Order: sequence, then C-alpha cells, then structure tokens
Amino acid sequence: MNKAELEKKVGKITKDVEEKITSMGAPVEEITNDSVSVEVFPNRPDLLSLSGFSRSLNQYLGKEKIAKFKIENDKKIEKDYKVKIDKSVKKVRPHTACAIVKGLKLDDEKIKEIVDIQEKLHMSIGRKRKKIAIGIYPMEKIKLPIQFMAKKPNDIKFVPLESPGMKEMTGAQILRGHPAGRDYADLLKDAEVYPIFIDANNKVMSMPPIINSHETGKIDEKTKEVFIECSGFNLPYLKKCLNIIVSAFSDMGGKIYSMDIEDSVDGNFVSPDLEPEKLEFKVSDMNKTLGLELDEKEVKKYLEMMGIGFESNNKKTFALIPAYRTDILHWIDLTEEIAIAYGYENFKPEIPAISTTAEEDKNARTKKVIANILAGLGLLECSSFHLAKKNDVKKMHYEMTNEDFIEIVDSKTEYDVLRVDLLSNLLKIFSENSDSQYPQKIFEIGKVFEKDKSPLAKRSETGIIEKEKLSVAVVDESVNFMDARQILDYLFKMLDIEQDKYKIEDVENSDYIQGRVGKIVVHGKEVGFIGEVAPRVLKNWKIKMPVSAFEIDLEALGMISN
Amino acid sequence: MADKSSEKSNEKINGDERIVETLSPIERKILPVLKKHALDIDSISGKAEGDKTTALRALEFLKNKGLVEIDEQKKKIVQAGINGLFYLKKQLPERRLLNELAKRNMIPIKDVEKLGLNENEAKISIGVLKKKAVIDLKNGNIILVGNKDEIARKTLEEKLLESLPRDLESLEPQEKLAFENLKSRRDIIEVIDEKKVSVKLTALGEKVSKMNLKEDLIEQLTPKIIQTNAWKGKKFRRYDLQTSGKKIYGGKRHFVNQATDYAKSIWMEMGFKEMTGTMAQTGFWNFDALFTAQDHPVREMQDTFFIKNIEGKLPEDKIVKEIRKAHEGGIEFDGKSKGWQYKWDENVSKKVSMRTHTTCLSAKTLKKIAEAKEFPAKYFALGKCFRNETVDWSHGFEFNQTEGIVVDENANFRQLLGYLVSFFKKMGYEKIRIRPGYFPYTEPSLEIDVFHPEKKKWLELGGAGMFRPEVTIPMFGRHVPVLAWGPGFDRIIMESFKIQDLRDMYKNDLTKLREMKFWRK
Repeated sequence: MNKAELEKKVGKITKDVEEKITSMGAPVEEITNDSVSVEVFPNRPDLLSLSGFSRSLNQYLGKEKIAKFKIENDKKIEKDYKVKIDKSVKKVRPHTACAIVKGLKLDDEKIKEIVDIQEKLHMSIGRKRKKIAIGIYPMEKIKLPIQFMAKKPNDIKFVPLESPGMKEMTGAQILRGHPAGRDYADLLKDAEVYPIFIDANNKVMSMPPIINSHETGKIDEKTKEVFIECSGFNLPYLKKCLNIIVSAFSDMGGKIYSMDIEDSVDGNFVSPDLEPEKLEFKVSDMNKTLGLELDEKEVKKYLEMMGIGFESNNKKTFALIPAYRTDILHWIDLTEEIAIAYGYENFKPEIPAISTTAEEDKNARTKKVIANILAGLGLLECSSFHLAKKNDVKKMHYEMTNEDFIEIVDSKTEYDVLRVDLLSNLLKIFSENSDSQYPQKIFEIGKVFEKDKSPLAKRSETGIIEKEKLSVAVVDESVNFMDARQILDYLFKMLDIEQDKYKIEDVENSDYIQGRVGKIVVHGKEVGFIGEVAPRVLKNWKIKMPVSAFEIDLEALGMISN
Repeated sequence: MADKSSEKSNEKINGDERIVETLSPIERKILPVLKKHALDIDSISGKAEGDKTTALRALEFLKNKGLVEIDEQKKKIVQAGINGLFYLKKQLPERRLLNELAKRNMIPIKDVEKLGLNENEAKISIGVLKKKAVIDLKNGNIILVGNKDEIARKTLEEKLLESLPRDLESLEPQEKLAFENLKSRRDIIEVIDEKKVSVKLTALGEKVSKMNLKEDLIEQLTPKIIQTNAWKGKKFRRYDLQTSGKKIYGGKRHFVNQATDYAKSIWMEMGFKEMTGTMAQTGFWNFDALFTAQDHPVREMQDTFFIKNIEGKLPEDKIVKEIRKAHEGGIEFDGKSKGWQYKWDENVSKKVSMRTHTTCLSAKTLKKIAEAKEFPAKYFALGKCFRNETVDWSHGFEFNQTEGIVVDENANFRQLLGYLVSFFKKMGYEKIRIRPGYFPYTEPSLEIDVFHPEKKKWLELGGAGMFRPEVTIPMFGRHVPVLAWGPGFDRIIMESFKIQDLRDMYKNDLTKLREMKFWRK
C-alpha cells in the first residue's frame, strides 16, 4: 500500500499503530518511507484494498463507525439496469453478480488501487480466475441492458485488450495467440462454448475469465460511471466478491446502483445486496469459548470495533455481518472477532486442573534406549533427511529401477525420492566429512520407505510401508568386519538378545565384500545385514577408507510394534 | 580399619620447595646445567645427556614454572654446499688454474681441461680470473699478468668458504661481495634458516637450581608401588595442572533429538500422551479432515511433496460421508454450516503426500478419542513435517513440529494460551508474541512469534487455535471444544544451539556434532 495514501485515511502510522495493525490480524511485514506491506490472511479478502483495509483499521482504532452502504436506486431499479443470463452460458460459467457505480472521481492512485484489488481478488478467492473473474467497464463505452451468454469459440469475434496489432480475433484465436489467452487457456480448455458479455448494441464487452474487449476498454481518469461484473460458478461467493469491490468504490466516493439479474434457470435476483446478514448468537457461547466474562455492552463494543453490528431484542442477540465479509459462517467465527478486539495480549493464560495421564510412545522409548546404548559406545548419532536423491541411493543400490523408487512429484529441492535405507545416508556423511577426525563411528535410527505391493485390500492406507530401522557404520584406516560385529554383539547383549539367539549367516550381497557380509538372523528371523562395504560403493561415494556397517529392522527384531 | 598413614606430609613447605616437587626427572637433570647467562640449546642437551627434542620440551615446562627464559632467534646461516665441501678439500678451480699458471705463465685454453677441471669449471675459472685482472687471453692462450705475490694470497672467496658456517648478518661488506660471487655458482654455498634457541636462568631459576634436586619423587603410581607400600613416606611429583590433555570426544545423541526428548518431557509433565504415525499421509487426513478445501493452494504441487503414482485408501464410509458433508455444506451446527460449497472429490482425498503438518496425527487421534468417548484427553506429537519449499536460513523442507491437542468440554482460548506460554517458557522463551492468525481448521486462530535477536525480526513459529465445528462434528457428532497447536520446533531450538541457518540442522558435519554443546534446559 502507498504509505501517503494510507496515512491520508488512517492518520500517521506510528509504532503504536503498527502494533495495532498486527493485533488486528494483518501482521506488518515491512514499513518503508513510501510503502506499507501487511500480510492479509485468506479469510479476509476485504482487507486486500487500501479502502477496505483503512475502513477496518479505523473501526478497530475506534475512529470510524460501522460502514453503511447506500443503494441509490433501492426504491426502483431503472428499466435498462439489467443483466440477462442466457441459458447458453450455464454449461460453461453459470453465474454472474453485477452492479453499477456512479459519481466517481478517479485519479492515478485510485485507478491503481482498482486494478490492484481486482488482481488480488483474482489471485486469492478467485483462485487465479477459476472461481471468480472480475470485469470493470466504463459506462460511456457500453449500452445497457447487458447479456451474459456463450457462443462457439469461432463465432466470437472482437478486438481484445492488448491485441497484437489491434486485430480482431476469434475466441479460439485468443486462447492460442493472445498472451492473456495463453495464460488462462486451461480454464476454458474443454469448453464447447465460451462465455461473453455483450451490450445492447451486441458489442462483445469481454470473454471471461480471459480478457476484455479493447473497444469497451479500461477505466481512466475521465471515467465517472462503471459497470462491474463478477462471473463464476458459486453465486454466494460472486456476490461477496462484488460486495467487496463496490464497498471499496463506495469508500472512494462512488454511488452504488442495483441491477436486475434475470436468470431464467436459477432465478432472478437484485444485485448487489449490501444488507448486513443477521446472525443470532449467544453471549454465553462467546464467553465459554474465550474463557471471558463479557457482558452484552462489551460484546457490542468489541464487535463494532471489528465493523460488525450488534442488535438485541427479546433476550436474543444478533450480529450484523457486513456484506463484504466472507469469513463469518456461524457464531464460532464471531469468537475470533471478539478476541481480536479484546486484544490477544490482554488474555490471561490459564492452565486448567484436568487430570490426564502422561504416556510416552513405547516405540519412541525403545529407540531412545538403543540410541543411548550406542552413544555410550562413543558413537555419534546423526539425523538426515527422509527424502533422498535417486542418484545417491544408486551409489549402493545400483540395481534399483525407477519402478522401485517412491518418487516425489515436482520437488523444488534436489531430493526426488523417499529414502530406502539409512546406510546410504551414513555413507554420505562419511563422504562429506573426510576432513574430520578419524575413526568416525556413527549411527542413525529412523524410517525408511518401500512400496506396499500387497493386494489392495491388504495394502496400507498410503500404499507405502514405513520401516523403523537402525544403521551403524564405522570408518577408519584399518576398519574391518569385526568393528561392526563388536558393536552389534554389545547392542544385542544390552537388549537381552543373548549370543545363542542370533547368528550371522553367510550371504551373497554385492553391496558388501564377498565373504565379509552376513544376514543377521534373530530367533530364526532375518532382521538385517552386517558387513564390510564393497570398494565399488566406497568409490562411488569417494570414501577413501574401509567402512564396516550394519542395518537392522527394529520391528523385525521385535523391538518396535505397530 | 582404614590405613591412615599417608605419603610424606606437604605441610609447611615453602613456594620454592613446591616448585622443586613439580620438576620431572629430565627437568632435574637440565636445571643444574643452566647458567645465569644464555646457553645455546645444543650445549645444554649435550651436558644433560638428552636429545634436543626432550630438552626443548623440558625447557618449555621450566619456562612455564618461571625458572628459565628462552630466547628464540631465527637466523640465516651461510654454509658450504656440496661443491663447496668438495672445493674445501680440493681447492677452488680458479686456484687450481692459477697454481698451474704460476708454474707455466701461459696455458693454451684447450689444455685447461687437462688440469682436471671440467668444462664448466674451466669456463668459470677463466671468467673469475679475468675479472680479477690477473690473466689475459691472447691467441687461444691464457697468460698470467698479475704479480706472483698477489696471486699467492688467498682470494676473498677462499677466505669466506673456509670461514663457514657463518651468520649471514655477520658478513663484512667485502665478504658480502664474495658471498654474492659464490652464491651465483652452483652449490658452493647455501643459506639455511636456523632457529637459535638460547636459555638462561631467571633469578628464581638460579635459586631453585641450587636446591636439592636429588630427592626421589614418585613419578607414576604403579600397582606395585601400591601393593608394596613403597609410597609410604615418599612424595609424588607435583603435576602442572594447567596443561590440557589431548582432545577427546564422546559419543552422543544428535542435538535435535536431545532437544526433542526435553520438549517431550515438558508435554508429559503436563499430562500429555504421545501420538505417533506415518510420515506419508493421504489427503484425507492431512487436509480434508482438517477442513482444508480441495482447491486450497497448499494442496497444489508447488507447496507439498506429493507421491507419484500411488493412490491411498480412505477410511470407513461413515467418516468419509461426514467429512464430505463438512466440505460441501450441511453439517448441523446451530443451523447448517455453509462449508466450502463445492463438490468434494474422493480422488483428491486419496492422493498421498508427505505430511505437511503433524496435525494429521491430531485428526486421527481425535477420531479415536471420539470413538472411545474418552475425554478430557490431552495428546502431543513431536515429529517431522515436509514442505515443498525453496530452502533458506529460516525454511527447511523437512522440519519438526510440536503438536498438541486438548479435548475437553470446558476447554477455552485462555487455556490454549496457558499451555503454549507454559511450554515456551520451559523452552527458554520468556517473551513470545501471540497474534491473530488464520488456518482453515481453527477458530479462533493464533500465530506465535519469537524475536530473533541476530536477524532483528519476529520469527514465525507457527500456529494454534480451537478446532472448527467442521472438524469436530464429523468426529464427535457434535461440537466438542478442542485446543490444538503445531508450532515449528526446529526454529525454537536453533537459537539454543547457536545455529544461524536451518540448513545446518541436518547437515551432519561430524566436527560440529562433536563440538556441539549438550542441550541443558
């Protein structure tokens, strides 16, 4: 927001006001000499315009009363103030909500604000124009009444805004050849017909959600009156969006005029409707949820700070929700409004005396025990990412194909798969720490992932099996199999797995040196591997010294249960 | 009965005697050799019958005890090179040529090599002598022109060579000239750096050196000494307690896990039960059960790690139906909730991703609590979450969250603040900022910030709130108040470990892990 423009409306932005803005629920990100940036949460699109933001801030600071928006022609709507929704458009973009605003005195700053709010609404509640597309037209260029209809892409012909060479284009050409057309082509991808607004002279005004016509043009400093439409799929949202825009226009000094929307399919209505919505609530519910003891008067005060009206009669209490608020679905949404007005910093934190029993997860405790045993042997615990790089995994598991990997879609990082083992991570650590003191003895406990290939009925919820594993690795100039074996023996002994309950069975595994690798079998069940890592693997990782390691499945070992 | 006899009493000894008791056998040997004036190290080690390295180490100890002063001087020493040593025996080639000329007055140039000079030596000798103007070259002959007395005298070069080794600094201007001449010739002389160490006694050293250094002190206590009572009535040599031992490192838990254990204990002290679960989750539990609309940006690829080609399964129909209702509108809550007013798609719900928050564990636990109808209940989780994010100092793509829920008919917003403030206080944060926030699944919602003193800005730790009826009603069939939170954990602890950049959290730099201080809160 332009700081000078904002200060015109709300007064000087002091440190104190800055804090108030954050307490109001729009955390200040940066204030410079000429701009103020705040974060607006998705539930408050009405704060996205300078007008809307300063309206709410002034109310919050107690400088402004609840906004009342007047409809100039509420007694009788002029005959031509009409938008007819043709049946043809129902298949592609079924709804629109429209309004007329007059008496505007626009300047550069205001025009910028209008363009800006339109863009921000498109991006946020409009979901990049998919749900809502907004059009604003200077009244002097169009003739009422207006029709919202759909035609075949090739039957639509007009000169779009920013048309290359000011050429007339068909609907289909715009999607292929116009920059905005290409950007939003997806939104009309499979449509047989494209929606258009046309005026009483049959001139195409726009083809939502893509582009306006060059002829009906853009608003400029000479524009005094505008026609506004919001088109999309969900009428209640469209109405709210329109309300946000017209309230902002009204704050700029515009006068709002209603239109008749003729919809032979879903029913006629008058647009816009700026009557506040009346929502019944109980003060006691507010107090119970917030842990406060407010009376009606206080609740009224706090709601009004948030721009919400308050009414009570016959022992019933009502909140009057301004037409531009999209986020108040039921009474629970009022609790936050009151909390914000009360001030989060003014709540007294309290811990209630409710009796519950604490309990640590048993598996987590077991893992801690194992980690402590190994730390006691002088091993360093490491902690690496659960995501891995496919190429790193293949340094050991060269036989893995793309099929075997659990891949990430469009990762923004270099990590593109879920890890399949822990030992690869430990080798990576050795590879990156060749300048650190030797010997290096490390371990990690954590999850590894594999595809669940069992039939659908038996498959896990996510189709992925997550296994809790332990890996230990030692590297030094003269490390051999025994260095890992020693650690395994001690660990098993401490876990009460006696020597006669497990054995290391000779096995073929080219990840390790032949004759120095074995399957670890406990109570007749295979739980993992132990061995000297094959020189091929060490070379791949650029590790210059021998590595001896083991990796075991803690669930198979019976240490962890699911 | 305990043996009360002791080693020789140390009472009443004076400072100087104490010093004597700290002297090791080699120091005892060296000390008497030293003088008030400086001696160089070679003569000291020679007299003390030890090698130079041992002597130097002992002298260093003596210096620490204030008994000696060690003066180290770096010098450049000129000494004879390989050829120089040879010429010292056989004379310089120009001398050999000159000697021959003294006999014959004239030698044909081509005969010079017959004098036993190689080609190079011959060339140089002629050059040198010509420069000294003692010979002339005519018609292929070398003719002696200098007078015989003159040539009989030793040249400056010869004199210098014979005087070596010499300190470079000590050369006279004339000698410097000869030095330059010889240096330009191959391997006659060379210059080496030499550290000259000289040692003299301090006043205290002089005093101590005259004391009795012969007393037999026990050096290393051995099993034999213990057994034979040989220690009785004897003194042990005093050690220099200021000397550090060789660096050692121990094994230990990863620092994040140390902090995790502590944080878990905080929650357990407050009566919370731990919940755990899978890291991959379906959209149903990660988003839908938490009233996050299916077209919410977080459910797009650019924010979440979705798994390729794997479709998850939904839970039993009943809960799916309820969640669908919450989204599409129609949950009964003082009238109908409006929901998100769109068509909820089961297939979107089946998409599998790495969990974006541990709140999915809360959602699952909530269902269990509702089924068992066992509440009040308090649960916590502390585990990894994943976001498809570009990584920087304050954003990691894998990070821990500390999650909690309190299910209680009387739960309220003040209690939510109570649990959070209490947790953060125990984590070392006296000052946190709580401000309004927004999450699709909570109302009211809040954000917790801490002030980062180095970066001088508020750092967002994450959010909390009370679950919306759209979350609780599908589970419980009615609205039961649930307090819920899930601040990021890694950001909370980075300060304590003096980590400036979240990227260093899981880097596994072994040197740093070895040096990393233990968590002590």
